Amino acid sequence: MLVDSVPVPRAETAPAPRKRRAVRSVGLLAAVAVLLLVAVASIAVGAKELSAAQVWHGLFHDSGTYADVVVDERISRTVLGLLVGAALGLSGAVLQALTRNPLADPGLLGLNAGASAAVVTAISFFGVTSLSGYVWFAFCGAAAVGALVWFLGGSRGATPVRLALAGTAVSAALYGYLQAVMILDDAALARMRFWTVGSLSSATDETIRQVLPFLVAGTLVAFVLARPLNAVAMGDDTAKALGANLNRTRALSMLAATVLCGAATAACGPIVFVGLMVPHVVRSFTGPDLRWIMPYAAILSPVLLLGSDVVGRVVARPSEVQVGIVTAIIGGPVFIFLVRRRRTAQL
Amino acid sequence: MKSAQKTPRGPRALRTPGGLSVRLDPRALIVVVLLAVVALAAGVVLIGTGDFPIPAGDVVRTLFGHGDAGQEFVVNELRLPRVLVGLLVGASLGLGGALFQAVSRNPLGSPDVLGLGQGATAGALVMIVLFSGSAAQVTMGALVGGLVTGALIYLLAWRRGVHGYRLVLVGIGVSAVATAVNGYLLTKADFVDAARAVVWMTGTLDGRDWKQVWPLLVLACVLVPLVLAHARGLRMMEMGDDVSHALGVRVERVRLVLMVSAVLLTAAATAAAGPVSFVALTAPQLARRLTRSPGPNLVASLCMGAALLVSADWASQRLFGDGQLPVGVVTGVLGGVYLLWLLVTERRAGRI
Amino acid sequence: MNRLSAEDVTLAYDQRVIAEQLSVEIPDNSFTVIVGPNACGKSTLLRALSRMLKPSRGRVLLDGQVIQSMPAKKVARTLGLLPQSSVAPDGITVADLVGRGRYPHQGVLRQWSAEDERVVRESMAQTGIAELADRYVDELSGGQRQRVWIAMALAQQTPLLLLDEPTTYLDIQHQIDVLDLCAELHEEQGRTLVAVLHDLNHAARYATHLVALKGGEVIAQGAPNEIVTAALVEEVFGLRCQVIDDPETGTPLVVPAARRARAGAVGAGRVAATEVS
Repeated sequence: MLVDSVPVPRAETAPAPRKRRAVRSVGLLAAVAVLLLVAVASIAVGAKELSAAQVWHGLFHDSGTYADVVVDERISRTVLGLLVGAALGLSGAVLQALTRNPLADPGLLGLNAGASAAVVTAISFFGVTSLSGYVWFAFCGAAAVGALVWFLGGSRGATPVRLALAGTAVSAALYGYLQAVMILDDAALARMRFWTVGSLSSATDETIRQVLPFLVAGTLVAFVLARPLNAVAMGDDTAKALGANLNRTRALSMLAATVLCGAATAACGPIVFVGLMVPHVVRSFTGPDLRWIMPYAAILSPVLLLGSDVVGRVVARPSEVQVGIVTAIIGGPVFIFLVRRRRTAQL
Repeated sequence: MKSAQKTPRGPRALRTPGGLSVRLDPRALIVVVLLAVVALAAGVVLIGTGDFPIPAGDVVRTLFGHGDAGQEFVVNELRLPRVLVGLLVGASLGLGGALFQAVSRNPLGSPDVLGLGQGATAGALVMIVLFSGSAAQVTMGALVGGLVTGALIYLLAWRRGVHGYRLVLVGIGVSAVATAVNGYLLTKADFVDAARAVVWMTGTLDGRDWKQVWPLLVLACVLVPLVLAHARGLRMMEMGDDVSHALGVRVERVRLVLMVSAVLLTAAATAAAGPVSFVALTAPQLARRLTRSPGPNLVASLCMGAALLVSADWASQRLFGDGQLPVGVVTGVLGGVYLLWLLVTERRAGRI
Repeated sequence: MNRLSAEDVTLAYDQRVIAEQLSVEIPDNSFTVIVGPNACGKSTLLRALSRMLKPSRGRVLLDGQVIQSMPAKKVARTLGLLPQSSVAPDGITVADLVGRGRYPHQGVLRQWSAEDERVVRESMAQTGIAELADRYVDELSGGQRQRVWIAMALAQQTPLLLLDEPTTYLDIQHQIDVLDLCAELHEEQGRTLVAVLHDLNHAARYATHLVALKGGEVIAQGAPNEIVTAALVEEVFGLRCQVIDDPETGTPLVVPAARRARAGAVGAGRVAATEVS
């Protein structure tokens, strides 16, 4: 107990804040470089093997050859992966700070359950069958559950524990409904079992256009919230003493997280674990300052997502493994390794 | 025999002249008895429910061996084993959930969250999807999956002792991997297998017979006394490792024994009926609110689990018709509604 | 031979070594207080004495036996500990919590004897919380709560009692209350007490045996009257001071030198510590 409570990073870095900032900035640049590499790989590599020349041609020409079409699709997919990855990482960072719980993720607040329940309703009761048709349902489902959880969690007097409990409760009820529909309706089962694992393979320019405004708005709000959330992380009383507007910060955080996660889920299905793991890992080397956690999470989450997507495209050639599955299978062991190695970083 | 004078709210003590004494909390005792009665009554009603309805009186008479031949067959061969599996599974999940919550000191530390359910599901799906296995093979697969997951979580969380928080984190990591494997298997399955898998994943008591009853019963007979023998140590552990250590509790040993028991109970229950959701999460919380006594409330959680599961099975049959929707759907919805009720009612009290 | 002692123990958390080859004897029937600056290893030593921490080398002996090899409940009937961190379970009453201190005396067939009942009542009376018996622990103030935990440790009825900073977070009146209570337990009931205290003056006034630690080493030990000098305080805490007689008790009273004196602006003769350095 005695030693567990000693925060490790502080002891080694406190004496040289300027040096520390320099190290972090360089680290951020390195992360951007890695992200660029992964993005290039995501365009160059896929279930279909193309030569470098074909990829190069496809990047700058749209002559309608088969190779060009493939490259076009990969570009859309890469762009969507970048956007969705950043959104998931940011929403996780915001929710973890908001609930003061390093285990919080969009799934915990019921957003995934809301999106899934809305999509299964769309399939089973409205006969929607196209992936781009799901987008609005998923987004509205996530947003509605976000609002419901916010309200049940006590709205103005929301506390971290209440929000988590409300999210769990709503998820429980919605998953019961989801499973009932899947058991009774064969068509719903046939489609949902592919949608629920989360995939980037259905990315089209139309999907990107649909979700882009939400992702940009959510990202901006999230970055603005970094400073007030830093205050909230220190406890309600301290935050008030520091002059933070608790209610406004909480409401805006919930809104930003819901918009980001809802749009991401609408575009690719519920991709779990990225939003939980990346901010958690980032915190272990940046410390608790959200002004550093957020940019790192926004860059490293797409690295995990796109990297996993590339792996998923090549491990089972000529078919693909969905990105949601690969992120968990790669991320899970890494996460456990980090949990074991480090003293769990506190918020 | 003499009762304590100065503790009107708390437990009473019963003492014999020989120096033996037993401590009883009257309210908790009443709750346990009532829950046991509810569970058994729901069981009797459930036996009478179905395409061939039997009045409750006849059910009881048949159970004691005085029914006619037709009723005897329906009750003893078809419906009794299913109800017994329901009671045993519910009791195991309730007790297992109470143990996990007490050991991890977290009301959300249920086997669902820790990934045991997902691990057992992975074992079952492997049998269903890759081998199109028989019911018995699926049960074995789930059992192995659950036990391997439990052992894995414990070993991975072990680092000079098991810390509650690390246990939950590691559980979440393992759970994510297992969930991904399950999702992958489901996308790779042909449609018939996928439908079967989804029903199994929801948790169902359909078609359970005596073959499922015996292993569960034997396990319960061994583990329940073992767990209860360690219950007093567990009560002390609520106050933190240091205090319980100082009081002479062998913290790590108690924790290991109880964790292994909880994993065995949960894995066996999941193998028999699938990962019935939220019984393990809600039963201990409900029991605790009814008894209003601190401590893990193990016996009350056990009875509550049994009562919940059998009542939910009855409700799913009455609401949707026999064999339409598995019991897991009802427990999921019930669990969610219960938690919401909890939030709304306890909000003003400022308890959570 | 004293009942409790540490012989050549090396104490470490993971790789971080707190103390090496440390030997400490707790005199029987003493009120021993361990003092020292922050991070000197005093709490760690207490944890080792109470078998919370297993020494990586050396051994802790209780009644001549290695403490780790003894049955847990037997140790718990001989040696009690009031740790720094403890959690009151939700919705537990004071009487119930104090009753949990009886655990090492109970068994499956002996869950709540008349003796348990009596000891719990006595412990609550001694700590002045008898009238709080049916209140919930979460409702109490910090001072009351600390007394409840002490009552729980008392109900354990151990001849040896170890307390880890029992006065932290209490206001001055409650600090004195708790220390008076400790003195009473020591003088009237003949229990051996070992406490870690932050306040040197409290330590000097209440202790019969003082152990001064620094950097995991015992710098001095003995009766406060004999060992507390300005030189020792400077050596252990790095603080210049005068040591005068406590007008109430005659025990040593440490008066830190004024800021200017510590800066060396005032003549050396007045401050005893400077003679040494």
